[in-house]
Amino acid sequence: MQTWKRTLIGLVAGLAAAASTLPASAQQAGTQFIGITGYRVGPYGANGAAFFGGFTDYLAMINERDGGVNGVKLSWEECETEYNNAKGVECYERLKTKSATGPTAIHPMSTGITYAILDKAVTDKIPLITLGYGRTDATDGRVFPWVFPILSNYWDAATGIVKFIGEKEGGAANLKGKKIVLLYHDSAYGKEPHPVLEAEAKKLGFELKMIPVPHPGNEQQSQWLQIRQYQPNWVILWGWGVMSATALQTAQKVGFPREKMVGNWWAGSEIDTVAAGPAATGYYAASLNLAGKGFPVVKDIEDKVYAKGKGGDAKLVGTVLWNRGMAAAMITVEAVRKAQEKYGKKPVSGEQVRWGIENLKLDAGRMKALGFNTMLPPLEVSCQDHGGSGQVRFQQWTGTEWKSASDWMRGDSVLVRKMIEESAAKYAAEKGIKPGCAS
Amino acid sequence: MLYRESGQFKTSYAADQQLFPILQDRAAVLALLAFALVGVPLVATDYWFTAILMPFLVFSLATLGLNILTGYAGQLSLGTAAFMAVGAVAAYNFQLRVPGIPILVSFMLGGLSAAAVGVLFGLPSLRIKGFYLAVATLAAQFFIPWLLVKVSWFSNHSASGVITAQPVVIAGFAFDTPVRKYLLVLVIVAVMALAAKNMVRSRVGRAWMAVRDMDVAASVIGIRIMQTKLIAFAVSSFYCGVAGALYAFAYLGSVEPDGFNLDLSFRILFMVIIGGVGSILGSFLGAAFITLLPILLEVILTDVTAMTGIALPPGFISMAQLVVFGALIIFFLIVEPHGLARLWQIGKEKLRLWPFPH
Repeated sequence: MQTWKRTLIGLVAGLAAAASTLPASAQQAGTQFIGITGYRVGPYGANGAAFFGGFTDYLAMINERDGGVNGVKLSWEECETEYNNAKGVECYERLKTKSATGPTAIHPMSTGITYAILDKAVTDKIPLITLGYGRTDATDGRVFPWVFPILSNYWDAATGIVKFIGEKEGGAANLKGKKIVLLYHDSAYGKEPHPVLEAEAKKLGFELKMIPVPHPGNEQQSQWLQIRQYQPNWVILWGWGVMSATALQTAQKVGFPREKMVGNWWAGSEIDTVAAGPAATGYYAASLNLAGKGFPVVKDIEDKVYAKGKGGDAKLVGTVLWNRGMAAAMITVEAVRKAQEKYGKKPVSGEQVRWGIENLKLDAGRMKALGFNTMLPPLEVSCQDHGGSGQVRFQQWTGTEWKSASDWMRGDSVLVRKMIEESAAKYAAEKGIKPGCAS
Repeated sequence: MLYRESGQFKTSYAADQQLFPILQDRAAVLALLAFALVGVPLVATDYWFTAILMPFLVFSLATLGLNILTGYAGQLSLGTAAFMAVGAVAAYNFQLRVPGIPILVSFMLGGLSAAAVGVLFGLPSLRIKGFYLAVATLAAQFFIPWLLVKVSWFSNHSASGVITAQPVVIAGFAFDTPVRKYLLVLVIVAVMALAAKNMVRSRVGRAWMAVRDMDVAASVIGIRIMQTKLIAFAVSSFYCGVAGALYAFAYLGSVEPDGFNLDLSFRILFMVIIGGVGSILGSFLGAAFITLLPILLEVILTDVTAMTGIALPPGFISMAQLVVFGALIIFFLIVEPHGLARLWQIGKEKLRLWPFPH
């Protein structure tokens, strides 16, 4: 027992000593430092590993191929959040002081962490980029100058899915009298599309039934029994994690055609469909970006990064989430490039990057030049519209891979915009914010 | 020698009954408080306030709440995070819907709302005990976050059930910077911790311990079991509720019901177990261990790899951190099953004799 105690005391003393002599990990001066609040362990570690793998691979490729952005090398550090809000805040605080220019822009990749650092980011002047999650009404940049839900938000997705279903039925007019079920994860995330879908149902005259699945959703017999009795024409799957795969398997069991199921983008990655096995074949999902390796930028990463043994997990290359992580990194890098146009070719601060994102314009030609081709829709951010695109694209699972099933399309953007402005105005009133565009 | 209380004669009941009867304890607590109030704000950075000290204090308070219930009254509960959620949402709603209400009153009312909910979910404790009670309180853990998402009134009809805390202003003074928020949280936590320290040795506290040690015997000597258990639930939930309100208002700013999940309840229970069941000091030690050690480990591991220049696969540090942390928990539980507070107690005994241990 005595030795145990002594070891213990030694251990505590050692830890304390180590803590007191911590070297301030100095970032290489003169680089554009990018702070990454990522997660590769924890319940959603598999999703995070793919996303942040793509993210860091793209940054590495920019350094290897171009020597940085206009000669300014990129450096980065990843801090593990485990998808936990408190750890996310800690990471954010840690990363924000790592470099004189701040962490460039933060991609929290978690709605909870986004909310937790939303107010802090405003005070610290650090832009937040939330690709397809987070606060939908932050699309109104007049109220949320520091938050950028780039590409599309949940309401764009919901109305986009309705439009896609309408097209499959041969026109939106044919939706009248059709029955659509929303099978959703019973959480704040799952409730997000309710108001727009209700508005759409009223407008287009389809019957909407919303069925919740309690977290985590690995048991859905009763829900699918309900669906079978109701006999809907389509099922919209608003799933997350294990729930999506279970839904597909249970659909197969009760004999509901997967070709009549449309998921949103969090229910539409390989992680969901591979887990469901053959039951997933034919299933559609809305996507923010195309999957696959058939883009020049992926080839560049394979040649410049993986060929030199500097990449992450090669198995993830080309998956939906890996490509999305790469796209997120590209948007950050392009925002830096844009900011450099105005503020000079040196590391740029959070405030300057914010200007860069808000004035970001990536048309089809630029996307092609960047090697992304049609992986992403053309993007044009403005103070009014922090989303910049609002477009989604549908993919179908063939059993082995995701295949594009539509062109880039926009849902009911008028309706979405109206609801975003209402919601943002309410937030502004609650917080005493005076909406407006910075000059 | 340092810790010997010889020569400290108590000549009045007041002296004998004070919170810290030993002079050294008194001096240490006062010095610590003075340091936390004056010294820390002088040296700490924003990172320390927002990422280290604030969560530590808030979780200490929640742990204290659970320790009152589990450690002192012997009722196992898994609903801590849910009671925190009630406190946070109630404080938010009082602040939102009652014009001109002082924020401290909102915190108080948030705590009282949590206490009311705690009593409600404590009712099964009159019939069931131990692990079965833990399962019953698990109902609170599932029901409350669900209700907060389901009824959008609680979040002022926010689409996603998220509440954004109002700015904290007391008597015209805005607590808007990290250091001010830290001081506010520190004062509230210090006052409530001292109150708890006082409470557990009062009649109520002794009744809790009697019920914990053997409820039949307690009822035989005239302690009302029902009242005692429900008071324990109320007080414990009050502490958790205030901790939840501070979590939302001072620490995170915006919270979602899903953040108050079972995982958080378990974490707080582990803080109690590692810190020391039935110890006020243990609540602080446990909260420090569970909240701060992973951060420390990660920082050390990151810096060691950066210094040595070893290229590790991404995610390796996070995994290694979890492994080391898990091993440390097992190590501490083997070495000292009664928690870190017990280690401190042993240390105190040693210091008493030092430097001549027989």
